[in-house]
Amino acid sequence: MKKKWFYTLLVPGLTIIILFLFIPLIYTIGSTFIGDSGFTFSRYTTFFTDGYYVKIFSRTLKIALITALISMILGIPVAYYISRSKKSIRGVLIACTVFPLLTNSVVRSFAWMTILGKNGVINNLLMNVHVIGSPLKLLYTEFAIIIGTVYLFLPLMVVSLVGVMENIENDLLEAAESLGANRLTAFFKVVVPLSVPGLIVGSVLVFTGAFTAYTTPQLLGGNTNIVLSTLVYQRAMTLGDWTGASVVATVMIITTLTVIGVINKLAGKLNERGI
Amino acid sequence: MKRSRGLTFFTICVYLFLFAPIVIIIMTAFGSDDVITFPVKGFSMKWFANIFTSDMFMKTFQISIQVAVIATIIALIIGVPAAYAMSRFNYKGKGLIKNIFFSSIIVPGIVFGFSLFNFVIIKWKLPIYTSLLIGHTIVILPYIIRVVASSLEGFDYSIEEAAVSLGASRLKTFILVVFPNITSGVIAAFMLAFINSFNNVPISIFLTGPGVSTLPIKMMSYVEYYYDPTISALSVTLMLMTIGIMFIVERTLGLNYFSK
Repeated sequence: MKKKWFYTLLVPGLTIIILFLFIPLIYTIGSTFIGDSGFTFSRYTTFFTDGYYVKIFSRTLKIALITALISMILGIPVAYYISRSKKSIRGVLIACTVFPLLTNSVVRSFAWMTILGKNGVINNLLMNVHVIGSPLKLLYTEFAIIIGTVYLFLPLMVVSLVGVMENIENDLLEAAESLGANRLTAFFKVVVPLSVPGLIVGSVLVFTGAFTAYTTPQLLGGNTNIVLSTLVYQRAMTLGDWTGASVVATVMIITTLTVIGVINKLAGKLNERGI
Repeated sequence: MKRSRGLTFFTICVYLFLFAPIVIIIMTAFGSDDVITFPVKGFSMKWFANIFTSDMFMKTFQISIQVAVIATIIALIIGVPAAYAMSRFNYKGKGLIKNIFFSSIIVPGIVFGFSLFNFVIIKWKLPIYTSLLIGHTIVILPYIIRVVASSLEGFDYSIEEAAVSLGASRLKTFILVVFPNITSGVIAAFMLAFINSFNNVPISIFLTGPGVSTLPIKMMSYVEYYYDPTISALSVTLMLMTIGIMFIVERTLGLNYFSK
């Protein structure tokens, strides 16, 4: 009786996911392996030997890696600051971190368009103080995409880290200091290693988010700085090349899963070492 | 351990980085120039008037709200029982079932959007609006299940057993005993799912067609062609909505939920 209940309650959810997520995905991935004469792998050999695609692939990977790295560098100290704050201030800081997270990504990317644009805030400022004679090209560059994605995903990194850092006892840090470590050493030898679980969750979220983001590269990268997600859209909707789009989509899924797998494996290794 | 001045300074700088763009957007929304300028010249409310008189924005705004509300309700109808089953009973394959429910988080939005378009619209010829609803429902389902499951964690199932042993049916028990105890979790789940659906771009971008488009998608195409403060004004309006939702989430779930 109970068993029947258990499965009955799950059936609607499982059905809709299998029907509309799994089957379409399998269909999309599967279609890339079927050529005129049966099974083929040629679309992937073409993808990875074509300079144009390889460039887009490595650009996307590069942007995601740099974004994850910058988010870590900026996120670790901020999360630590929040975790050591008084409860009332902590609430305000978390609210300030969550606010951008819940704000539309179009709004957040648009903000950077007004800052980096030809007549944007930065160029106006630099022109007014006569540092530059003509506007710099900041928008529609890889640099703009990186700033935009860091802006998009930094709050995720901070939020993932705060939860873990809150549980680090102050006693541990005091012990380290009483044993002669200065604050910075104590931070890097005690806080950072103990934050590894949060760091892993945060990096996975930021990396996969940046690797698959669509809005920001579309708005801040322009037509010359295409990434994989904008390539999927362009292939499918502008060029009507659905198989091509499916190939890019499959490459995206496999890369994301591989990266998640590698990071989890690394995490497992770190745990074995007792960190 | 005390915090050094350096750390405080660093944190302030990062928050400046997070909020400067938002402040700039807010200021440009009230500028009187026809293009976005900063510092702003003059003061005007005309851009706000612009959004409310623009059929295009009002219509897509309505569609976005409609899709978000319907998708969230469907996701609640599907997700609450699932969350209940998973927290109440222990059965073989629970881990696998959980993975299935959370799989839409791992699949890149743009890939999911494309495969829906490719399979459901092109092959099955389902209407765009229906596909849009299905896509949004699947994407927000994990949020519902997670939030509802976490509020069920604090529920004592012996109360439920008591009701059942006194003769109430399972359904009646759920409606009269379990549900009232998790209402705040359900409201929070509703708010989070709603905002996630409302903000969605990567799935919606494939599922637009004649008469069917959501606000973020319209905003994106507008931004690519025009450069006036209408979008700033619209952004400010959406930020107010975000603040409202954050307020409700704080009251029900607590914003600390995000750092768990």
